[in-house]
This record gives sequence, structure tokens and C-alpha cells, in this order.
Amino acid sequence: MAGAPAIVDANRALQDRARAREDAAVRRPIVRFRGVKKAFGAMTVLEGIDLDLYPGEKVVVIGPSGSGKTTLARMLMTLETPSGGEIEVDGEPLFTMVRRGRRVPADERHLARVRGKIGMVFQHFNLFPHMTVLRNVTEALIHVRRIPPEEARRRTMAMLERVGMAEHADKYPAQLSGGQKQRVAIARALVMEPKVMLFDEPTSALDPELVGEVLAVIKEIAAKGDMAMLLITHEMQFAREIADRIVFIDGGKIVEQGPPEEVLLRPKSERLKAFLARFRNGMGLR
Amino acid sequence: MEAGILLLPGLLRGLRVTLEVFVLGAMLALGLSFAVGLLRLSRFPIVRTLAAAYVEFFRGTSLLIQLFWLYYALPFFGVELSALAAGVLGLGLNYGAYGSEVVRSAIRSVPKGQWEAAIALNLSPLVRFRRVILPQAWPLMLPPFGNLLIELLKGTSLVSMITLGDMTFQAMSLRTTYARYEVPLFLLLLVLYFLIATATSAIVRRLERRARVGRSA
Ligand SMILES: Nc1ncnc2c1ncn2[C@@H]1O[C@H](COP(=O)(O)OP(=O)(O)OP(=O)(O)O)[C@@H](O)[C@H]1O
Ligand SMILES: [Mg+2]
Repeated sequence: MAGAPAIVDANRALQDRARAREDAAVRRPIVRFRGVKKAFGAMTVLEGIDLDLYPGEKVVVIGPSGSGKTTLARMLMTLETPSGGEIEVDGEPLFTMVRRGRRVPADERHLARVRGKIGMVFQHFNLFPHMTVLRNVTEALIHVRRIPPEEARRRTMAMLERVGMAEHADKYPAQLSGGQKQRVAIARALVMEPKVMLFDEPTSALDPELVGEVLAVIKEIAAKGDMAMLLITHEMQFAREIADRIVFIDGGKIVEQGPPEEVLLRPKSERLKAFLARFRNGMGLR
Repeated sequence: MEAGILLLPGLLRGLRVTLEVFVLGAMLALGLSFAVGLLRLSRFPIVRTLAAAYVEFFRGTSLLIQLFWLYYALPFFGVELSALAAGVLGLGLNYGAYGSEVVRSAIRSVPKGQWEAAIALNLSPLVRFRRVILPQAWPLMLPPFGNLLIELLKGTSLVSMITLGDMTFQAMSLRTTYARYEVPLFLLLLVLYFLIATATSAIVRRLERRARVGRSA
């Protein structure tokens, strides 16, 4: 009987330590851009981006056309290589690795390992036209994650259910509307259970009447789960609803960032004010 | 009637050789088309240059002279090839050069977004190619491959010049024996080549239909 409080104390101590570890993990960024630069030939697109993305955090990137938003996301997806600076994913540099005590450019194996934590949804969907909806989604489960076909199919159908596309599983992409294609593309990325999802203007290639269904799916995904999201969009109302933080990029730099209300309703810089003025009409922003 | 009985056995013996050279030459050409077509898309400039040099060389010189080199000139450098090997090699190298251009341009016409989606899904380079790019490039390759196959078939008649007993070779020797049947002889020859060409086209068209299944709305 006398030993019981000691056991309770010990348990509490263990629990506290576990919680502390969790907090530290939560506080460690899942993605860090550190002084990331990108130039195409003589044209500098991004000049020194510092941006941390935390697990579960939803960050919306806004900015004028040509400001480098897509380039930022593409570098994280390893579709472009930075000209300078570093990107870290889960505490590990993305484009370099250590070999025999020296830091060297990452090889395909390193890229593949780190890239597995990231998923991306493209503006133009990029579904595989020669595969059915089902196969589009099972493909990476089977050939990357090595999940047995039956199990892959089960997970795929569950995911298609979630984006409202289950009854179209046997169709080909050419038989779908833009909004349906994008929902399949979202399922395809999501089924891989990435820690970070990138959305590059997921609705800007859609007919206006199809935008809503895709935004609804993204909102549902954002509401659940500890997956971080980096979302590029021109839908300001949507940005406001979904974002934990909004980042405004202009002229290759982060000009301003903060909670949605701050950034959208009380912009500080002249450039952000000018940018937002263009959306003011009919966007529901006061 | 009598002409047919006299001429056909020889021509059919030639047909076997023609088909053999055709099929083996086509297989070699197809293999080279892919190998060289992919090398031409390599990350390494030297590799690309070497592959391009091969293509330019074999497209820029005549098949007949290539066959002469392989069969009559190479022995002086210590390489002795049988007539069949020289014929197959010559046809394969020559049409492989043309075919590699088909492969290269078909692969390059698959939209960039397809590569990018495959990378974003973390598919390995091999899986990317085999399951995403190739199935989209393959239907584009088939029609020009079909044309090249017919060209290759017609090219096989040149192997008669390096002593191979193909249909053309047989026809030329039958001509000296049965001079009075020259017209039926060359008519038969024409028909036989035409039949092989028609069958080849039919096979390619069938492959095309299969490659297209379910693709378009
Ligand atoms: N592969 C490339 N080669 C050369 N220039 C490029 C390349 N990709 C992007 N750029 C240029 O980099 C700049 C930034 O492009 P990016 O697509 O990142 O802008 P963005 O902010 O996404 O614009 P938008 O809102 O129009 O999508 C543009 O001027 C673009 O022309
Ligand atoms: Mg963009």
C-alpha cells in the first residue's frame, strides 16, 4: 500500500516525459526552407526564402503571378533544384546527404526516401490517362509502398469514398470532369499518407462551378489529421477559412506572414495592400 | 499454270530466307531503336552525342554499301560473318537508326506533367518509365514503326547481293533458267512481297487497336 504513490509518481513522470517528447516533435518543423534561392539562367525567381512548416500546420501561400510560388513548391517536391540555401524535411537536408563523412549532393535513393514524406497536387491534375481511376491511385501503393494488391485496392476505395469518387473507380480520366479529376489526384497523393501535402492552385484550371467540390474536399482533409499542408491559391476566402498562417510572397521574397485575419484584413506592407485590393471586390473580405 | 509449278518451289525456298532475315532484322532493329532512342535522351552529353553519331552514320550511308562492308570488307579486319548474320546485322543497324528517332520523339512527346506526377508519387525511375511513360509513348510509336517494318521488308531484297538465297535471289536465278516466264515470275515475286507487307500492316494495326483500349472518352 505504501508503495502505490511512488508508482503513481513514476507513472506521471514517464507520462510527462512522453508528453515533452511529443511537444518537442510537434515544435520541430517538418519542413524548413533556409535561405533558399532559385534562379533560372540569369533570372532570379526566389532570393532567400526562410520558411518553417510545422506538423499539422496549414500554410497558404499567396502572391502575384510570377512571384515564385509554384517554384517554391516544386523545389520541395524535388522537381526543381535550389540554386542556393537548404531545404530540410523532418530534420534532414533534402538535396544533400552524408557519404563517408562528407556532405555530397543527394542521390536518387536519398531523394526517394525523403520525397516519400511529401505529396503534391498539381494545377492540371496530371492523372495517368492510360490507367483507370482505381489504378491511378493504387499504382504508387503497389509499386512504391509494396502493399499487396488486395490491400492497396481496399485503401484506394476508402480514399475514393472520402473524395466522393468511389463510383467512378473504373473510369478513365478522359471520362471525368475537371473537378472529378482533381479529386482523384488528391486521393492519389493522399493515399500515400504524406506528412506534407502541396497544393499548387488546385482549382485554378477548373470551371467556376466545379471549384466548390474540390475546395470542400481539401477543407475536409485539412480539418482531420496531422498532415501539414502548403497550399498555393488565389481563392482568398478559402485561404482565410483554411489557413493557420498565410504567407505573402512578392519579388522573390516573403514580404509578410501571419494569421489569416492579420494578413488579409490588416496588411502592413504597401505591396500586400495593393495585391489584396485586386481581390476585394466580391471576395467577401472587409 | 505450268509456270507456277516450275517457279513456286524456288520462290518459296526464298520466302523462308526472306522471312527469316525480316523477322530477325526487325527484332534487332526494335531492340536498337529502344536502346539508342533512350541513350539519345541521356543526362550525359557524351552519350547523347555518340548515339546521335550512330544514327547519322547509318541513316546517311546506303544499306547496300553497309551490307557490302559487313560481308565483303570486314573479313579483311579479321571479322568473318555468315551471310545471314551480315544481312540481319546490316538491316538491324540501319533500321534501328531510323527506329531510334521514332522512340526518342514519342517519349519526348509525353507531357512533362506525366514525369512530374510520377516523381511526386515517388515512383522509381524504372517504374516511372515502364508504367507511366512507355504506355503513353508506345501508341505513338506504332504507326511509324509499321512504316519502318515495311521499309525493312523491302530492304531485305538487298541481301541477295551478299549471296543470301532470299526471294529476290531465287527470282534472279530462276530468270536465267526460265527466261520465257519472266513476266509470271516477277508477278509472283510482287505478290509474295505484297502479301508479307499486308500481313505486317495488319499485325501492327491490331497492336495499335490494343494500345488504344479505354484511353479516350
Ligand atoms: N523552368 C523554368 N525555366 C525558366 N523560367 C521559369 C521556369 N519555371 C518558372 N520560371 C519563371 O519563374 C518565375 C516564377 O514562376 P512561378 O511559376 O514559380 O510563379 P508563380 O508565383 O507560381 O506564378 P503563378 O501565380 O502565375 O502561377 C516566372 O517568371 C516564370 O516564368
Ligand atoms: Mg504558379
